[in-house]
Amino acid sequence: MRRILSILLENEPGSLSRIVGLFSQRAYNIDSLTVGTTDDHSLSRITITTMGDDRIVEQITKQVNKLVDVLKIIDLTEMAHIERELLLVKVFAQDETTRAAVTRVADVFQGAILDMGRHSYTLQLVASTEKIESFLDTLRHESDIIEVVRSGAVGIGRGDKALKA
Amino acid sequence: MSTTEYNGSELVVRALKELNVKYIFGYPGGSVLDLYDALFQQEDIEHILVRHEQAATHMADGYARATGEVGVVLATSGPGATNCVTGIATAYMDSIPMVVLSGQVPTGLIGDDAFQETDIVGCSRPIVKHSYNCRSAKDIPTILAKAFYLASTGRPGPVVVELPKDMLNPELKFPFEFPKTTELRTYNPNTKGHSKQIRKAVNAILEAKKLVIYSGGGIILSNTSEQLTHLVESLNAPITNTLMGLGGISGTHPNFIGMLGMHGSLEANKAMANADVILALGARFDDRVTNNVKKFCPNATIVHVDVDPTSISKTIKAHIPVVGCLKTVLEQLQTAIDKSPISIDRSAQEDWWRQIISWREQKCLSYSTDGDKIKPQAVIEAIYKATNGDAYISSDVGQHQMFAAQYYPFKHPRQWINSGGLGTMGFGLPAAMGVKLAFPDKESICVTGDGSIQMNIQELSTCLQYNLAVKVVSLNNRSLGMVRQWQDMMYSGRHSSSYMESLPDFVKLVESYGHVGIRVDHIDELQPAIEKAMSINDRLVFLDICVDEKEHVYPMQIKLGAVDDMWLRKGVKA
Repeated sequence: MRRILSILLENEPGSLSRIVGLFSQRAYNIDSLTVGTTDDHSLSRITITTMGDDRIVEQITKQVNKLVDVLKIIDLTEMAHIERELLLVKVFAQDETTRAAVTRVADVFQGAILDMGRHSYTLQLVASTEKIESFLDTLRHESDIIEVVRSGAVGIGRGDKALKA
Repeated sequence: MSTTEYNGSELVVRALKELNVKYIFGYPGGSVLDLYDALFQQEDIEHILVRHEQAATHMADGYARATGEVGVVLATSGPGATNCVTGIATAYMDSIPMVVLSGQVPTGLIGDDAFQETDIVGCSRPIVKHSYNCRSAKDIPTILAKAFYLASTGRPGPVVVELPKDMLNPELKFPFEFPKTTELRTYNPNTKGHSKQIRKAVNAILEAKKLVIYSGGGIILSNTSEQLTHLVESLNAPITNTLMGLGGISGTHPNFIGMLGMHGSLEANKAMANADVILALGARFDDRVTNNVKKFCPNATIVHVDVDPTSISKTIKAHIPVVGCLKTVLEQLQTAIDKSPISIDRSAQEDWWRQIISWREQKCLSYSTDGDKIKPQAVIEAIYKATNGDAYISSDVGQHQMFAAQYYPFKHPRQWINSGGLGTMGFGLPAAMGVKLAFPDKESICVTGDGSIQMNIQELSTCLQYNLAVKVVSLNNRSLGMVRQWQDMMYSGRHSSSYMESLPDFVKLVESYGHVGIRVDHIDELQPAIEKAMSINDRLVFLDICVDEKEHVYPMQIKLGAVDDMWLRKGVKA
């Protein structure tokens, strides 16, 4: 099943490569990975989505935790959490009918049109991965997709609980 | 307060002294010449010049295994560093404390494909416990303190420290500030077992009717051999060791039922297969132990103690996992056992021992002594007798390694030095040299074969330079014995590239290096040759023993079978 893992680690050169290397070295897959610093600039936070049964995810969690740079790892899938992903998508929008249809889709999904060219619209959607998939499916009905950029999911636990140093 | 300032190279040397380093194994080159100059100007740390950097890592490794201290390697950038990779991987697989100092091109040239530039931190990333790039010379003492701390605590392992040439520049000076204590907020090696898990473990152990203790390299690394022996005796439990765990309890102890696994004893593997409770201590259920994991000990409750949580339930699910340092957990277990109201079912235990003794009576290690060819097993037995079982034995990898493990019952921990995890041919000679350096008055013997010895034979030259009087016992079968054995058993005897047609005259070879070489062709010559070798203590002696090339290592687990599905001899199943 799909898992979303949150990792807090030292913001040092090479830290990210240790995480990515671990996944390839042990044949775990990475569906998406995002990384950025936290409010404490000495720490980075990585969100990884992966697939695996309980046994594999347990090993992934332990192996990541064993890396000396890693402070904490949690499996967000096991708790109430919020997940968001940013999508930027460029679609053909040459005639009025297509433009109107694309605009309607963006409205319904609460996306935004960020830019328009002579032949295209560029849209943004911030949503769960599932909603982004469905947004792209709907867009494909109305027009042809030229380019897709996705940030990968980021996630955070609900309520007062926090992943902190 | 002292205001003395030191350059980067001197900071390295001072920090190493602070860390009680006595020997560095290495090879100079462009990027580390400043550091070599600093080493030249002091006398506390001795540098051992090897002939190939791989051997430096194995020497440091052998030194670390025998002493328990951190082995230190120094190599130049590029090829010097990449030559260390096999040795780093060897140490990583067997959890050996090691710090590898690698040169690097100056920081301004990193990334330019400069002369002798290699990203050694990147190359070694999957095979280190951790690594450091030094980007500011004043940090050198702190980085080295952390490197040694990481290498030697928790589950030990190799740490690589990359030192760009400009960090070692003699012109730039800094104060020497060595940290009083070393802590990392992201690293807390587990020390104590969870009390609830200890309770569960003790109940399972005491209620067992067919208990087996299965201990591995963790016992050696954590120096808990005495505690283990006490536990075994207080429970009167049968105990088996992994290849890495031999010597964890004396090989002559009545409760010891031999090594387990691929070439383990019948009684050890049978006991595992029939156990109702397995207490695994510092072992990792390696595939060379378990055979087919799907058929592994289906009826046993598995209690697994390890300092590294990733070892637990990785290949075999542990019913009662205990994460913690063995020293503490063994104490916790012993205290709880001594206090527990549960008493062991002694009559069940007697039945269990009777069963084990009946397996033992099958004498799975007996071998045919027909013919006039020298049997490799007989050589190991003769070495055992000649050394009273007290020598340090290092081995390479292959048949000779298994024969040494089977026929030399190790009395003490750290006495058996072999590359169990990675299986590195070429490990034995440099490892034996590291042992000899640590214990010059003890016998350090490298058991090897005609294949393995040639993978680091250049170190005979290092032996002469430092007068390392190791003994090399080569079981020469004119072939890559273990490869040949598998080809005999699984490839209908097609000996693809396992035959050596152009072996050197080893006696002449070792003589040209300035050592003593003795060739043994006939069984009658064996005993006198060993006696002669043992009487020479101030020179390296190389015994080139021509053994029966057709001999196979038995017992042997049957591929894809259960842990106790074994060949006892050619064509004879257990």
